[in-house]
Amino acid sequence: MSTAGYLSLTAADRDAMLEAIGVDSIDDLFEQIPVGVRFARELDVPEALPEASLVRRLEELAARNADTSRELSFLGMGIYDHYVPAIVDTFLSRGEFLTAYTPYQPEMSQGVLQSIFEYQTAICELTAMDVSNASGYDGTTVAADACLIARHATGRSKVVLAEALSPQVRQVVKTYAPGFGMEVVEVPHDEGATDPAALGAAAQDAAAVVFQQPNVFGCLERAPALAAAAADAGALPVAHVDLASLGLLEAPGSYGCAMAIGEGQSIGNHQSYGGPHYGFLAARNEFIRRMPGRIVGETTDLEGRRGFVLTLQTREQHIRREKATSNMTTNQTLLALAGLITLCWLGPEGLRELGETCTALAAYAKERVGLPVAFDRPHFKEVAFRTPIPAREVVARAREHGVHPGYPLGRDYPGLDDVLLVAFTEKRTPADVDRLAEVLAEVCG
Amino acid sequence: MELIFEKSQPGRRAGRVPSYDLPVPEIPAELRRETPPRLPEVPENEIVRHFTELADRNFGIDTGFYPLGSCTMKYNPRVNERVVGLPGFRDLHPLQEDEGAQGALELMWELQEILAEVAGLPAVTLQPAAGSQGELTGLMLMRAAFADRGEHGRNVIITADTAHGTNPASVTMAGFELAKVATTDRGNLDLDDLRGKVDDRTAGLMLTNPSTLGLFDEGIEEVAEVFHSRGALLYYDGANLNAVVGRSRPGDMGFDIVHYNLHKTFSQPHGGGGPGGGPVAVRAELEPFLPAPVVVRDGDAFRLDHDRPRSIGRVRGFAGPFGVFVRSYAFMRAYGAALREMSDAAVLNANYLLARLKDVYDLPYDRLCMHEFVLSARSLKREHGVTALDVAKRLMDHGIHPPTIYFPLVVSEALMIEPTETETKERLDEFVDAMRSIAAEAATDPETLKGAPHTRPVRRLDEVKAAKEPVVRYAFEQPGAAATIESR
Repeated sequence: MSTAGYLSLTAADRDAMLEAIGVDSIDDLFEQIPVGVRFARELDVPEALPEASLVRRLEELAARNADTSRELSFLGMGIYDHYVPAIVDTFLSRGEFLTAYTPYQPEMSQGVLQSIFEYQTAICELTAMDVSNASGYDGTTVAADACLIARHATGRSKVVLAEALSPQVRQVVKTYAPGFGMEVVEVPHDEGATDPAALGAAAQDAAAVVFQQPNVFGCLERAPALAAAAADAGALPVAHVDLASLGLLEAPGSYGCAMAIGEGQSIGNHQSYGGPHYGFLAARNEFIRRMPGRIVGETTDLEGRRGFVLTLQTREQHIRREKATSNMTTNQTLLALAGLITLCWLGPEGLRELGETCTALAAYAKERVGLPVAFDRPHFKEVAFRTPIPAREVVARAREHGVHPGYPLGRDYPGLDDVLLVAFTEKRTPADVDRLAEVLAEVCG
Repeated sequence: MELIFEKSQPGRRAGRVPSYDLPVPEIPAELRRETPPRLPEVPENEIVRHFTELADRNFGIDTGFYPLGSCTMKYNPRVNERVVGLPGFRDLHPLQEDEGAQGALELMWELQEILAEVAGLPAVTLQPAAGSQGELTGLMLMRAAFADRGEHGRNVIITADTAHGTNPASVTMAGFELAKVATTDRGNLDLDDLRGKVDDRTAGLMLTNPSTLGLFDEGIEEVAEVFHSRGALLYYDGANLNAVVGRSRPGDMGFDIVHYNLHKTFSQPHGGGGPGGGPVAVRAELEPFLPAPVVVRDGDAFRLDHDRPRSIGRVRGFAGPFGVFVRSYAFMRAYGAALREMSDAAVLNANYLLARLKDVYDLPYDRLCMHEFVLSARSLKREHGVTALDVAKRLMDHGIHPPTIYFPLVVSEALMIEPTETETKERLDEFVDAMRSIAAEAATDPETLKGAPHTRPVRRLDEVKAAKEPVVRYAFEQPGAAATIESR
């Protein structure tokens, strides 16, 4: 009986259990499935592997990927090769966190609940907001969540997205929009940044305006001016931000944003070919009852001791069903825990230093790389360079030298076929930048 | 216990960030942060102790039996954590060229193939982040399919009164109207009620099968016929797929669209609330509408296909939660075709518990069950004032995580029990003993039950207070970490 996979019953167990149930065989238990829809043959799937063989198969697959230990990589565009502290892996493998589910039973789950409360506090501190949920799926879906909050809060059905907002984020908002009865308008960038006047004009009658800081090209937007332009038009300003920048860059709540959202991967998550990571969604207090997803609140137990529970659950699908603020159930708690641990490890000073190192490396690259910058604007950790040949070609040729030089923006932006977006994290060194410059000179030469 | 913020002392720190002696460019004044965030300032060993203490205050499958109905809390194999940490997976950037990600793409392609075989449907997207996002994706696919046919009037989705809350919530998010169909006293969909509700405005059905009552719908073939004969579609909520792998396939039952919960059936650990994975499979005619990108095979090579003009669009970043795919793929490869035995054991375990508990708790639907079953504490409540909540809290004192309670809504004082396939008979017997002793205690000592739990780090918590005056972040009342950077 227990020969397969991770099963535990012996043949004797099975027989005793069938007898207690009062049936003769396991097949009898499946009699309730109508004959016409029973599956009569064996599943046609790859053969079972014992653990050692399984590991070997996965190692073979992993070996066919060019990960950042095998290639000097400057890829970014939303996912970054920042350092993940050792203690993150330590706690993410603790079974008490890893193998628990949503803390519906708070007395069994104070560890996860307090962790989420601390995560919410950290996200609110970084963004200067009043409330954060326990996480969204990723940096794209939280944008759709924010638009829906704004749609309900303002009664307006238009949302405005800056074109300098990540293309994937815009695509997801557009996918969700028809169901929300929402119209999406995009505002073109002007030489790598968003023009506040153009954004303000588009924001008339809009529920929300979403922009990204630093934007998709790595440039710093005039974020306070963008937020003001949106607010002047009666739209809710929403900033899509990089947590790793918030030791250095102003918090969205301090320049008038109603909500701050983003992809949390850069703080505490491995790249993992795109997921799982965590999206964060923080807002001013007035939106708390419109927020999607789990929120943890503080309370006391029978003896007056502090404890934590899932709260404001009347927003949620399991209580409110079709009137819920969202259908969200499973979220990204474990990845958000990784974010919290990383923020504790960095502390306020470490977070500032992280930003300084990234921006200093990017500045060094501007000097060292013999290519013109595409947009002459202040940057954070990414720089867009003009290439004399198509950027895709630059990538292909540089990879032959063991360097992945970045992302060819022409994939998403027509007209930018000669622009390469290069990301610099604290894991790269000045020598790495020298090597990048050397390879780019050779392949562009 | 203290919050990590309450352990903060100015000047302490854990991590050290590389700095390369390079000039740091000036950030324009209006964009620069002036007030540092009040993150904790704590040395690394105290961070480790803090999260160790928090771990000690949490209960996972690794801690003990966790029969949380509808959540499929099975053992999460540790080898899956080892392989997901291989640098070739862990440190792979999602925008790596396809040619530099062949191993990842092959894994995803093979996962798609296995999922397609399990569901009996040919085309799969791995993109959705969780079951509820799979539901939303499925409804968007329905909308796209009807728009393509020019049938714009189909705007109603029917769900069962036993449905998970996600189903009606997804219906609203996707912009459909909701209609509900009743359940018979055998726990099947009420076909007469259904026939009266399906018409030309019906887009489709969302159904969990087996249902949240743990019962396979005996009329599923007729149900499918009712919808298909009116040109509507059927959506299978895969929350309970763990009951039927290798025994019955949603595609063969007549469903057109299916989501899987990789964190339930295929053992992605639940992580205290997530992450999950919610791939969706569809019939061939719906394939053009799947979210972009999808993984395709060209000879011996694999690539992400972004060129999908009829696609509903993208539902999350990149190609999906890849780490979840690695774990679920490894899980499937540990079983092979014996995935059927997984479902067999899940169903055997549930029926064994049902047989041993039905004389002490009410059983509203007295049938053999599938992978889970629903008891009721209504007699305990009527006779002794002991509720399902009291039973749940008292189980904690026995070292057992409570079942799902007060769901499905059609059963009063519901206790929804799902043991999964990985438990030993001894664990199941311990649970039976605990449940029986609690039922006995309801008569002899109800006050002890109502005061439970007695052995957890906290007693019952005041959820009303938490919702009435929400405190959802630490207030930094004590002079602490604030403004420490300037002061140095």
